[in-house]
Amino acid sequence: MALPKYTEPHYRIWHYFYLTICTFVFFFLIAPLFVIFPLSFNAEEFLVFSDGMKRLDPDAFSLRWYQDMVYGTKNPWGLAAKNSFIIAIFATLGSVLLGTVAALGLSSRHMPYKGIIMATLISPMIVPLIISGVAIFFFMAKVGLAATHTGIILAHIVLGTPFVVITVTATLSGFDHSVTRAASSLGSDPVNTFMKITLPLILPGVISGGLFAFVTSFDEVVVVLFLAGLDNTTIPIQMWTGLREQLSPTILAVATCLIVLSTLILVTAELLRRRSERIRGINR
Amino acid sequence: MSSETNKILTTDGIPLEESLKKAEKKNKIKAFLLVAPLLLFLIITYVFPIGDMLFRSVDDRMVTNMLPKTFKAMEKWDGKELPDEEVFEAFYLDYKKLVEEKTFGKLATQLNYEKNGFKSILKKLKRKMKKFEEGNYKEQIMEVHKRWANVEYWRALKRRTPAYTYSKYLKGVDMYENEDGKIVQVPEDRRVHKILWVRTIEVAFFVTVLCFLMAYPIAHLLATLPMKYSNLLMICVLLPFWTSLLVRTASWMILLQQQGIVNDFFVWIGLISDDNRPEMMYNKTGTYVAMTQILLPFMVLPLYSVMKTISPSLMRAGKSLGGTPFVAFWKVYFPLTIPGIGAGCLLVFILAIGYYITPALVGGASGTLISNQIAYHMKSTLDWSFASAMGLMLLTGVLVIYWIYNKLVGVDNIKLG
Repeated sequence: MALPKYTEPHYRIWHYFYLTICTFVFFFLIAPLFVIFPLSFNAEEFLVFSDGMKRLDPDAFSLRWYQDMVYGTKNPWGLAAKNSFIIAIFATLGSVLLGTVAALGLSSRHMPYKGIIMATLISPMIVPLIISGVAIFFFMAKVGLAATHTGIILAHIVLGTPFVVITVTATLSGFDHSVTRAASSLGSDPVNTFMKITLPLILPGVISGGLFAFVTSFDEVVVVLFLAGLDNTTIPIQMWTGLREQLSPTILAVATCLIVLSTLILVTAELLRRRSERIRGINR
Repeated sequence: MSSETNKILTTDGIPLEESLKKAEKKNKIKAFLLVAPLLLFLIITYVFPIGDMLFRSVDDRMVTNMLPKTFKAMEKWDGKELPDEEVFEAFYLDYKKLVEEKTFGKLATQLNYEKNGFKSILKKLKRKMKKFEEGNYKEQIMEVHKRWANVEYWRALKRRTPAYTYSKYLKGVDMYENEDGKIVQVPEDRRVHKILWVRTIEVAFFVTVLCFLMAYPIAHLLATLPMKYSNLLMICVLLPFWTSLLVRTASWMILLQQQGIVNDFFVWIGLISDDNRPEMMYNKTGTYVAMTQILLPFMVLPLYSVMKTISPSLMRAGKSLGGTPFVAFWKVYFPLTIPGIGAGCLLVFILAIGYYITPALVGGASGTLISNQIAYHMKSTLDWSFASAMGLMLLTGVLVIYWIYNKLVGVDNIKLG
């Protein structure tokens, strides 16, 4: 972004002003996340930087809140983490399976009533979560699945499928259908063609859709708040209760772990995106 | 033209046209069968329950079924004076049955929604009723509490006669149907919902504007910087995007608290004095700041993906044709980014209007939105039909915005990442 030498002074000033604004916005976006990190190592119980921390005194830092998170008495985080992972994994599997198959049908040019069906399929993404929560709660209560893992998993499949449908249809929009025709003309049956030809080509899209579904489920609070009983508490529910009652440093330890997890997911998603761009680049 | 011989036949003797139609139909069914599982799943677990919400919001059969004799007797009552003995007797019989079945509590709750103070007089009636003698129920019931002699309560009861009602929707906009059947506003000091609706729209609007003002420059920077720098800066947008909502809200709670870093900073630069730290959380300020930061990536990403496709030579062409950089930007660059602006604003506005978690945690009493009210009625007052009605009103609002957007910009122009 170096300016050419002939730039007039007032545009030069304007340019630096613009860069300053951008710096502020980037700072605004990312800085809040970095507050959590040092405070989770605080040796004291308060959520402010102690004088010791400001002096970088090693005694002011400790791992006690991480210890509390894992070994604390009556601590809810173990169960919550287990539930969160179980629910998110099954919800992701369900969303990916249903979403991918539906996306295959949707991107066929023979699909009837495409507009209205697509609108229905992605509606859980547009409807405010609180409304989805109320509606799904009524349904689950009626069929007796409220406060069960199954109920929450089904609800998260509902919320996760739109992401899979969108990413997979996007991948399929650049898909060269002559390769599947070539496969069938060489005597491959449809299932074989899908497993050997189509799936490997659309896999990046499927996985990134799956990542979206996983994060959606793992991070979801509103619907779970309605559905969860005492045995189905998840990490977000525990954080929600903790934040409402009392902000304890243990929550910050959990939050730090979640930031690490989201960094891992971000890296995976980015790598996948680049890979899929490369594959599509070769096709052209 | 009509002669049979002109038709082209396939090898098995069927006209080609028919054969093609058959194949097309087969393909259609195949495509539909692929979509069918998900569609069916969503219809059962999602579309149908939203319909159920609609039904619940107008359904009032519970009260109707609880007091069948009373409502029958009330048919002839004009609602002006106190009803006569017949109504009182019917009510006594209905209520006695409910007390025996132990379901009178539900009735008390329902009638209390209609008129405050119903619950206590029903409870009192239940206690005194055991000693009632046969006949002249009007006198005996009116003896129990003076409110039973107040015609207002009987009118309130009569209002619950129909099996279906739109009163919950009226309540959602602070109105009710009065004794004469006219729709009027509730007294000034009890208009809580209107404030919430206005506040929700206001917050959603300003958060969208703030997000737009902040996202536009950085999306532009990301789109014009060389790849190796922009990828690095993109992390600043994507990391918050992938991070848990609660984690981000928690960090704002730490930052904005009275002894928090933001206040520390303001004290340090001398903007405020140390013993006079303002409350930045548990009010509207908290809601605005936290929601803007949380929703900002949803604005940046669509803008970025649109700006990425605009060739830099267009701006150069504009400038070489004599436009100043500002004119070139305004006449060439800006119009090309409108699809991105539309998508970002729609996304942020729709997300903001239904926001629940962040306002509940940092909003306090003056920063909560309509979603919080819905959740409150779902979990605390258990007035589910009212929660449904409010939810559907919100949903209608969202759909209207979506529809307007579709008319103005076209949903197909949305670009997400």
